[in-house]
Amino acid sequence: MSIKPINQIKGTALPLVIDDIDTDRIIPARYLKCVTFDGLGEFVFYDDRFESDGTPKNHPLNNPKYKNANIIISGANFGCGSSREHAPQAIKRAGFNAIIAESFAEIFHGNATTLGIACIILPHSDIKELEGYIKENPGEKLIIDIETETLKSSAKSYRFQINQNAKKDFLAGTYDSLGELLTNMDKVKILEKNLPYNFKYLG
Amino acid sequence: MGKTLFQKVFDKHKVAELKGGKYQLFIGLHLIHEVTSPQAFAMLDELGLNVAFPERTFATCDHIIPTDNTERPFRDKIAEEMMKAIENNTKKHHIKFFSPEIEEQGVVHIVGPEMGLTQPGITMVCGDSHTATHGAFGAVSFGIGTSQVRDVLATQSLAMSPFKVRRVDVNGSLGKGVYAKDVILHIIRKLGVNGGIGYAYEFGGSTIESLSMEGRMTVCNMAIEGGARVGYINPDEKTYAFLKGKPYAPGADKWDKAVRYWESIKSDEDANYDDKISFNAENIKPTVTWGINPAQCIGIDENIPEPVTEGDKEALEYMKLQPNKPIEGTKVDVVFIGSCTNGRIEDLREAANVLKGKKVANNITALVVPGSFSVKKQAEAEGLDRIFTEAGFQWRMPGCSMCLAMNPDKLEGEQLCASTSNRNFKGRQGSSSGRTVLLSPVMAAAAAVTGKISDARKIFNL
Repeated sequence: MSIKPINQIKGTALPLVIDDIDTDRIIPARYLKCVTFDGLGEFVFYDDRFESDGTPKNHPLNNPKYKNANIIISGANFGCGSSREHAPQAIKRAGFNAIIAESFAEIFHGNATTLGIACIILPHSDIKELEGYIKENPGEKLIIDIETETLKSSAKSYRFQINQNAKKDFLAGTYDSLGELLTNMDKVKILEKNLPYNFKYLG
Repeated sequence: MGKTLFQKVFDKHKVAELKGGKYQLFIGLHLIHEVTSPQAFAMLDELGLNVAFPERTFATCDHIIPTDNTERPFRDKIAEEMMKAIENNTKKHHIKFFSPEIEEQGVVHIVGPEMGLTQPGITMVCGDSHTATHGAFGAVSFGIGTSQVRDVLATQSLAMSPFKVRRVDVNGSLGKGVYAKDVILHIIRKLGVNGGIGYAYEFGGSTIESLSMEGRMTVCNMAIEGGARVGYINPDEKTYAFLKGKPYAPGADKWDKAVRYWESIKSDEDANYDDKISFNAENIKPTVTWGINPAQCIGIDENIPEPVTEGDKEALEYMKLQPNKPIEGTKVDVVFIGSCTNGRIEDLREAANVLKGKKVANNITALVVPGSFSVKKQAEAEGLDRIFTEAGFQWRMPGCSMCLAMNPDKLEGEQLCASTSNRNFKGRQGSSSGRTVLLSPVMAAAAAVTGKISDARKIFNL
């Protein structure tokens, strides 16, 4: 179950600098009706992008300037709300593999990291500066270097923060933890046997 | 220095330290439902893995199930496909399924406690963010994504780092018409929707202790709305009394030993907290949301605030509300009583108690969705269903229903719903322009009777 380490992410950015973007906005609940994650990409941010009659709204994802962007730039508390992995799955399947934000909601952060989406943290002032720069220079190439915790555009270099466990897991290729968990099954069985509780039906 | 319940329970369930620095944590109890589990079972099949401890996973169906016509096959083909998937997966892997056929189905966070599965000192997960609910019993319980559902099915463990612990004390007596829902909305208002990131919230103090188990569940349920993945309350005699005799609780022969374990994992008197905060219950009013996240809330007698941030402006625009005006009197179209936040028997008793002999206002759609078959049957035995239907409410079958509108119960257009659920996000209740005002069951009853957001204390002379 080996997976590829992730050291660097290169690409162009989509400015979506709003605080508290919740999982219902990332993928409305009606698109959770599925038994597979396939095809979720096309519904990402659906209600923000389209009116109820299907008319496109003025949204960065509908703007050809940001076509093919793979890095989202957003505000504080990104991904708050539900634990639905459908949210990072939709983001990944829409072609994104990094999110730069002021902070992340916890469950979203864990789900995204497991899928190999880098959650990069920058302070508010840097995000606003970067947003302005990207809006003036759409299509500008950014380089996210996980090891050195630096984000580079041709204009400037930023030091970012990243969860240190996530960083180690990205560099070691262990961000999907199942392979490592399976190697400890002997220990799991011993712990289970000695637990002071189980769930036997009383009848 | 002593330890908190969180630290004690986490330490007892540590399997190993992983390379990235996280711990492999054993999960004592795993609950699954039809929305976030089918992909996990498919991943298992793809990897050729089995469920490691099927007797530690329990399933139900709640998100997509219709609450009016539950005849099979469901009219919604995808819902039927999801139902079949959970039936097949639980059968194939020998997992107990609390199904509608055997009348054990309900919202996963209501079924767990009523079955006696939710117990103090256990680690517990479910692919649903409101799994924090079970912390009301002193369980370390939190929501996970589908890849982690896969991990737990395959290994009964997952990779995680311990949280910091914030002690949240609420002391004093609650005023008339003020309930657990108002307590947690007030806490979220003060600490913010992201104030709890990185923390487990340990709720305590005389107000929390005086709450029933149902009220405690309402408080812990919404910890995640304040950013805290875990919310919990130290177990006490009330906890044990609730559990005694429940189908999966320890039997008489194991009871004393179980209580000794439960007592041992309570936070020590001198426990070391990463942060502490305290609230005075007397300052808590019947609380309602005015915006598009649960921290955007005010006391019923306050004016809607002047917007400060871009988010506030966006919220007012979406909600079509004016700043510096009372929220009281805002016209309501739909009233929803139910969900894992307020769909328990006590919630229905409180709402029914004030609705006796009253009528739902004209042009209001009002529905009560019991949290489980067991809640439904209990309510019917007490005659609560008749009080609701005589008042003009629809009495439905159990499920998540209009909390997130994955079944046919949805808002239409810009309808405004007075809702006892947990999230007022844009589009949450099934219409991309639908509006939600979160409140307690008694406040929802007041909105139903008047057709407006109202102060239940005045309407029902509380």
